[in-house]
Amino acid sequence: MTDSGVGALDQSVQLVQLLTPEGERVEHPDYAFDPDPATLRSLYRDLVLVRRVDTEATALQRQGELGIWASLLGQEAAQIGSGRALLPQDYVFPTYREHGVAWCRDVDPVTLLGLYRGVNLGGWDPNAHNFHLYTIVIGAQTLHATGYAMGVQRDGAVGTGDESRDTAVIAYFGDGATAQGDVNESFVYASVYNAPVVFFCQNNQWAISEPNDRQTRIPLYQRARGFGFPGVRVDGNDVLAVHAVTRAALDRARRGEGPTFIEAFTYRMGAHTTSDDPTRYRIAAEVEEWKLKDPIARVKVHLSRGGLADQAFFDEVDREADGLAAHVRRSCLEMPDPDPDEMFAFAYREPHPLVAEERAWFAEYHAGFADAASLEAGSAEVHGGAR
Amino acid sequence: MTQTTIAKAVNQGLRAAMEADPKVLVMGEDVGKLGGVFRVTDGLQKDFGEDRVIDTPLAESGIIGTAIGLALRGYRPVCEIQFDGFIYPAYDQIVSQLAKMANRSRGSVKLPVVVRVPFGGGIGAVEHHSESPEAYFAHTAGLRVVSCANPADAYWMIQQAIRSEDPVMFFEPKRRYWEKGELDIAAGPALGLHDARVARAGEHVTVAAYGPMVKTALDAALAAEGDGVSIEVVDLRSLSPLDLGTVIGSVEKTRRLVVVHEAPVFLGLGSEIAARVTERCFYALEAPVLRVGGFHAPYPASRLEEDYLPDLDRVLDAVDRALAY
Repeated sequence: MTDSGVGALDQSVQLVQLLTPEGERVEHPDYAFDPDPATLRSLYRDLVLVRRVDTEATALQRQGELGIWASLLGQEAAQIGSGRALLPQDYVFPTYREHGVAWCRDVDPVTLLGLYRGVNLGGWDPNAHNFHLYTIVIGAQTLHATGYAMGVQRDGAVGTGDESRDTAVIAYFGDGATAQGDVNESFVYASVYNAPVVFFCQNNQWAISEPNDRQTRIPLYQRARGFGFPGVRVDGNDVLAVHAVTRAALDRARRGEGPTFIEAFTYRMGAHTTSDDPTRYRIAAEVEEWKLKDPIARVKVHLSRGGLADQAFFDEVDREADGLAAHVRRSCLEMPDPDPDEMFAFAYREPHPLVAEERAWFAEYHAGFADAASLEAGSAEVHGGAR
Repeated sequence: MTQTTIAKAVNQGLRAAMEADPKVLVMGEDVGKLGGVFRVTDGLQKDFGEDRVIDTPLAESGIIGTAIGLALRGYRPVCEIQFDGFIYPAYDQIVSQLAKMANRSRGSVKLPVVVRVPFGGGIGAVEHHSESPEAYFAHTAGLRVVSCANPADAYWMIQQAIRSEDPVMFFEPKRRYWEKGELDIAAGPALGLHDARVARAGEHVTVAAYGPMVKTALDAALAAEGDGVSIEVVDLRSLSPLDLGTVIGSVEKTRRLVVVHEAPVFLGLGSEIAARVTERCFYALEAPVLRVGGFHAPYPASRLEEDYLPDLDRVLDAVDRALAY
């Protein structure tokens, strides 16, 4: 084993950045995004709100209200920057960590919790938000996104020049997923059919305990070239750069020019999920180093230094975040357990005699316990009365 | 009424489905210009174009995964997996995604995807070209699993499968592709997609089979007739759901049941049928339900496949054992 591969190639890596960790605006020859102050403030607001939701969800898991939670901490800019670049007709295929993108697609954060609380397997209607259900098997959704994009092509919804019609599809996945066969197959399919799909990889440096060098010997974005489409690495903690790069890729797809691979270079500040213990495999100094590149702090500095927002604005966003967190907490606790009949209700769309038979049997069996319970309660009353 | 083959009947069925619904797509390896390695999709790309008859890259997971995406966009893809033994790279997409996504969405999405699989042995092929993987899929909730055994069923069942709102695994008996039979399009389908059929009436023992083994069972019944043994043959047609009613109706009459398939006996469809028929017909049965099928050994080199595969004699051996109780 030598360590020359990644290091040697890394020298040539280009990282698109428009806002430095210190909050300085910088220019890039290929990508521009100059939002007006109101848009900048709304980006900041989104970043803060999704982080607050995430923090609340982690707390809910620690208190036993969620079975597990996959935190987006540190990846807010990658998700808000890309999510805000989408048009209504675009379609999103997320993993299980895209809470920020869900926010951009108007999915109530409470809805995201159902899966993690165990009351459903994904509680929203994907077509109501053009935001597919979370996919847990790593990388499987990249093929769904590609197939969906092939459908968009067949509908004639690319390259018409009509902004309300031309449609792009975006698939989210992580650095670990790039090793999966399905992800590589989706690159092949998207490439040969020139499908209008954007592959958005959040390289958060860690696939649970495995660092990048267990997935790749070259910078991930450079893989795209081998598949025949462009790849770009963007500072994933820079909401402006992510927005610019994603918008360009989505536009390219909508024009019918094919797929793009975006590697959003970011960091998973928390554990893989609440079940994980990152202290076993990574050093605290690395986390400290990435704290200095925080995606929210740099926007705040930029807003304050440029006089684009005052303290009252920041206070108001914090208040709104607390209100949202309270809504998430309250709604989570109020989430009812599902009716056992739901196990059967959606297994098939058309009648299936075996499911019908088992469903009827279980309903009767289940009702038997209710009868027994009421009998017991009744007999307890009788006994109580006798005493 | 015309004479046609199973391969041609599937082709005609696909054509009819594509003419009836512009959302129906055919996709798979070599299904376009070549018309598929068995020519089942012959001529479809010429008539419906490359957008509707899609030659895919050589990646089976990709075929099913992109078909799921197309279905989410409103299409009705009919995927061809070139050979049974090549379905495993797509297993995750079929079992974890295709079968479960509608349920995951609480019914807000549907996946009307058909997966056509030429299956079974008897063609002298190399490894991975002769397998019978149907039980893996029948075991998975969310999938429907069917198999045709004659041209008329091939023609109607493929269209019924395409119209289904649920995903359907469609197993085609590849060694029977060239068997002829009658097809009367004007008469319409005689049965639903999930109905079993009494293929031959008999008195003494029921033999239930599906796909390529239906012909073997019918041949066995003909041979047994000379010995005064009357076999009733049930063509199961559907493996999930099973039409148990038709099997039970037959067993209540004959009181004996033999289930035949090419797939290994251990945990095959025959095991489930034996258990269910025993539960329902315990007092009607004169003999335990017997199973005839492949062995618990990997499918052998083709020079041995005649020994591996159930044939007329193996079926009659089981019939004799059932009658001896």
